[in-house]
Amino acid sequence: MTTFPTLTDFLAEPIAKRALLACLMIGFSNGFVSAFVVLRKSALKIGTLSHALLPGIALAVLMVGLTQWSALAGAVFAALIVGLGSIFLSRTSRLDQDTSMGILYTTAFAGGYLILTRLDMRQKLDEWLFGSIVGMADSDLWIAFGISLIAVIALTALQRPLLIYLFEPNIAASLGVPVRFLNYATFAITILVLISSLQAVGCILSVGLMVAPAATVYLLTNNARTLFWGGGLIGAFGSVAAFFISYPLGWSVSATIILVLGSLFLLAYIFSPRYGLFSKRTQH
Amino acid sequence: MTSATSKEHVCWGGGHNHAHHHQLEVRELCVSYRDVSALSGINFATECGRSIALIGPNGAGKSTLLKTLAGLMQADSGSIIWRGKALTKSSHEIAYLPQRGDVDWNFPITVRGLVEMGRYPNLGWWRSYSRHDADIVQRALTAMDLLDLQDRQINALSGGQQQRTFLARALAQEAHVLLLDEPFTGLDKPAQENLSRLFRELTAEGRLLIASHHDLQTVSGFFDDVLLIKRTQVVFGDVVTSFTPENIARAYGGAAGMTNDE
Repeated sequence: MTTFPTLTDFLAEPIAKRALLACLMIGFSNGFVSAFVVLRKSALKIGTLSHALLPGIALAVLMVGLTQWSALAGAVFAALIVGLGSIFLSRTSRLDQDTSMGILYTTAFAGGYLILTRLDMRQKLDEWLFGSIVGMADSDLWIAFGISLIAVIALTALQRPLLIYLFEPNIAASLGVPVRFLNYATFAITILVLISSLQAVGCILSVGLMVAPAATVYLLTNNARTLFWGGGLIGAFGSVAAFFISYPLGWSVSATIILVLGSLFLLAYIFSPRYGLFSKRTQH
Repeated sequence: MTSATSKEHVCWGGGHNHAHHHQLEVRELCVSYRDVSALSGINFATECGRSIALIGPNGAGKSTLLKTLAGLMQADSGSIIWRGKALTKSSHEIAYLPQRGDVDWNFPITVRGLVEMGRYPNLGWWRSYSRHDADIVQRALTAMDLLDLQDRQINALSGGQQQRTFLARALAQEAHVLLLDEPFTGLDKPAQENLSRLFRELTAEGRLLIASHHDLQTVSGFFDDVLLIKRTQVVFGDVVTSFTPENIARAYGGAAGMTNDE
């Protein structure tokens, strides 16, 4: 990549505009979905899934060559295999689902890593591990836009049954909330959004993007609905801010995004008026 | 219709015609987890206006029975007949109240927000919240003495207030049958007395309460009837005639009985 003397020069380049747009969209959609992840308490599961995507991509690249769509299909496939596979393993053995998932995803990850190194794709491998938000093509942007739109619309439309389900699944089921449908629908949305964050910050850091925004808002609000939109705003703000911070310092954008989001969380943790370290909250 | 069924059944939602008294009948119910039988041979018939203590040792199947009645678990065989029809899926007329310990009380929601969840069967995904819905929620909050607490976060409630919030949610649901998992557990004496008073009010207005309970000493004071189980039914009947030391011994296998002090 050529270097540009100043930030303004860099911003005039299409590649920079695309990166900025990507930060905005991916930051928002990941932040929006992070509300679901936080309320569901499934941060660790997201970490597992994000690693499980890598072997799927590797396998797809091995079979049909590298295109945007093959990588996407491979990612979905891998997530389903590991997700459903762990359920199957835990039902047919004495192991619980967490243990099964731990075995499945690390094995898959190791396999995927070997395939990608054998394919002589170390450059690409680096992008999948740590993201490539600056190198996004127009088609990548469209996919990210589509994913964001689907995630925001679906989670907004499902908000009422979803919040009851997140509060207590048994109460939800007894009220007639379609629990099984919500399970599948939210799993699908999570995978889609994970794919977009995988591209932006890579599979190692994607958990941060899908947890930190709403976790920050969680310390500031008592309203579950605010978590979604607030998470989206913080995710978008943090990502865009990281873009501007990282350029003059020559830092990796993806790492800076997570660092900014982590710092915002730390600020909320310390200074939140209600749930911060210094608040004089009394319980009961 | 017998004379015993003349009790007025209060139904806040309106639109229901209570031509006959509401009967719940359970016939030869068997439930299992995978291949292991959890419950079998459950048979009883009751009606709205009663409160039933579900008693049995740990692992006797109390929670399983409650969940099956609530439609959360499938029975292997047998049937649950509610108002003359076999119950096959969840119904807004039957509310399930889990143990307080099973719920994340840090979930960001207010008392009113939780009670409003009870309107879901009426509202579905998208229908907008009407004045009728607000009215019913208001009455539920009033009945459970929660008006002053309605805007409070649920993490700032006492145990008794949490249980009352659950009850208000069931009322907002316009439930006739309330299935409660250990509602008295973890409450101090005054809160237990208060909950017992609310139970009597709820049965007086014609609701049916079935609650698992482990404190044998308070059964007679808090409930009308008792259903003793130990993976299978030991006895069902009113507390005076059925909750006898012999029957308790049959469920708990000998030594245990009225002498457990806490």
